[in-house]
Amino acid sequence: MSVRVHVSRDAAALALGAEETAAALLRAAAAAGESIELVRTGSRGMVWLEPLVEVTVGNERIGYGPVQAHEVEALVREGLLKGGAHPKRLGVVDKLPYLASQQRLTFSRVGLIDPLDVDQYQQHEGYAGLTRALSLSGADIVKQVTDSGLRGRGGAAFPTGIKWKTVLDQQAEQKYIVCNADEGDSGTFSDRMLMEGDPFCLIEGMTIAGLAVGATQGYIYLRVEYPHAEIALRAAIATARQRGMLGRNVLGSGRSFELDVRMGAGAYICGEETSLLESLEGKRAEVRFRPPLPAIKGLFGRPTVINNVITFASLPIILARGAEFYRDYGMGRSRGTLPFQLAGNIRHGGLVERAFGLTLRELLYDYGGGSASGRPIRAVQVGGPLGAYVPESQFDTPLDYEAFTGIGALVGHGGIVAFDDTVDMARMARYAMEFCAAESCGKCTPCRIGSTRGVEVIDRIIAGQQREANLALLTDLCDTMQYGSLCGLGGMTPFPVVSAMKHFPEDFSRKG
Amino acid sequence: MAEIDTAWLTAVDRIVAAHADQPGALLPILHAVQKELGFIPPEVVGRIAEGLNLSRADVHGVISFYHYFRTHRPGKHVVQLCRAEACQAWQGQATEAHAKQCLGVDYHGTTADGDFTLEAVYCLGNCAAGPSAMIDDKLYGRVTPERLEQLLAQHRRQS
Ligand SMILES: Cc1cc2nc3c(=O)[nH]c(=O)nc-3n(C[C@H](O)[C@H](O)[C@H](O)COP(=O)(O)O)c2cc1C
Ligand code: SF4
Ligand code: FES
Repeated sequence: MSVRVHVSRDAAALALGAEETAAALLRAAAAAGESIELVRTGSRGMVWLEPLVEVTVGNERIGYGPVQAHEVEALVREGLLKGGAHPKRLGVVDKLPYLASQQRLTFSRVGLIDPLDVDQYQQHEGYAGLTRALSLSGADIVKQVTDSGLRGRGGAAFPTGIKWKTVLDQQAEQKYIVCNADEGDSGTFSDRMLMEGDPFCLIEGMTIAGLAVGATQGYIYLRVEYPHAEIALRAAIATARQRGMLGRNVLGSGRSFELDVRMGAGAYICGEETSLLESLEGKRAEVRFRPPLPAIKGLFGRPTVINNVITFASLPIILARGAEFYRDYGMGRSRGTLPFQLAGNIRHGGLVERAFGLTLRELLYDYGGGSASGRPIRAVQVGGPLGAYVPESQFDTPLDYEAFTGIGALVGHGGIVAFDDTVDMARMARYAMEFCAAESCGKCTPCRIGSTRGVEVIDRIIAGQQREANLALLTDLCDTMQYGSLCGLGGMTPFPVVSAMKHFPEDFSRKG
Repeated sequence: MAEIDTAWLTAVDRIVAAHADQPGALLPILHAVQKELGFIPPEVVGRIAEGLNLSRADVHGVISFYHYFRTHRPGKHVVQLCRAEACQAWQGQATEAHAKQCLGVDYHGTTADGDFTLEAVYCLGNCAAGPSAMIDDKLYGRVTPERLEQLLAQHRRQS
């Protein structure tokens, strides 16, 4: 009987050598006369353990990691295929505290199954949500989504059910479902991990959305920096079409839903929904004035649901288990779970899906294990490049949309980037302005010109020129950007800048 | 030069014909052209415009809007280094500085021998194992200055 061995094919695992490790396993097993069945999965999200090798022993998966290709031969000789003892042996993977304490609803299958095997997907509750949705009216599906309390996971946290209701209420011959897979925020990779590790979940979620609002065509707008996700999505879509889960007769219901992948081209602003729609239409991706809302006049002028990858991927379980099941997780008005992403200078970086309400400190220390450098964590940027820098004194804030707004910060897409005490916050503030200048779509002056001025002013502050006057100027400039910009790029770049000035003033008054 | 132009135009005509009936075809076409030719030569812009019933200025405007599209032939290998926050928080700046020094070019520059083009990128989705780099289509994590040097040497041998 052959031994089943799992190795991830997730981009982060590949970046750390998983392909070479997988090849070495096949060679070593053959040389040892052992027969193995190698299954390539998504990642469990424990990135510091990649390449992670999981060997099935009985009903359990025993982990070894990180395992580089050159270590494989010796490991196999010493009994890896029997789950034998070794310094790299981690034990039963599901019981590792990092995983066992998570609440994986959206990521329940990621790392467990072969992402492209739709039968495995179905054996693990896949398509149960869509099957239930097919027995409901559009309005009832929307009601389930509203009752679940789900808010958009792309950053703005707008209630998903309300957005869908607007689209449902439009009379139009053609409506669209668009998935925002532009994931441009530094420190975030949950969209990528889901698309690579469980693409059918996204496909199912978008199909449910199509049924709910009466749309028959969907597009996934994927950033070009994610070639592995592109391969996974295209393969899964082809299988879904072949197996009747997409196309003219979804699961034999007579209902139709088609799906295509479109690639972005390296512009951060294309994550902003109206810019994304312009890009999908083949244009320069300048942000649109609102109104009209995309829900009323979206892609090609038609009513359009646009949601983030994780928003769509949360729908199958909401439909399968019911709105109440999902709503029971979380705190306050932040219902359900969020896959948080631990990144930067952190020992145990990776993905942690938990209900809203745990604190930043728990994430950084209980999961993250503190900084990778071993030095104190001094600042944490939450919610991407437009998110505030949070100082240690605020680490006990619960991760909840309203609690973070209360401290002038945001949860956003759940990216958490840790910096140790060697960071220079004046330089990070400068970077925020530089990034805004590089990525501005150019439509409005406060953003386009303001960000370039911002870099210059911070340069003068760093150089020690007329500091008081320049700090006041920077504060004014941030004000103008925040209140005078058309979209969040210009409007929120002040968050990292102002929070850096407020919480780390000493970095703006160093001797030059 | 004239011969190359003809080959380019043949490729572009084929690509435009294959995509023209999809709504919003311009980006997929530009991607396909860059994939096949390595860049989008200014000489083909007019042809793309004709194929889609757009003005040359429209197509040019789109190409110049997006960082990913290039209008010059790149080196044999394209090295993209992540400049975003999570990589900066974990050794990224040392790698950036080292890359510029080793290659003797700044971002968007191509080495004198034509082996490498250096590009900046803002996040590769590998933020838990930075610093991150992509060389051609392959992603690398924990790219310290030493590791970067090894990778460059490896690719130099290949080219
Ligand atoms: C500058 C900027 C960048 C954004 N980038 C993204 C992104 O990469 N991914 C995303 O899902 N939403 C992004 N958003 C939010 C979208 O505009 C929009 O709110 C989201 O796609 C709606 O989906 P949701 O309700 O499911 O979150 C961005 C917004 C702004 C202002
Ligand atoms: S704020 Fe910046 S990115 Fe947004 S519309 Fe204005 S110029 Fe464009
Ligand atoms: S910040 Fe460098 S890979 Fe995300």
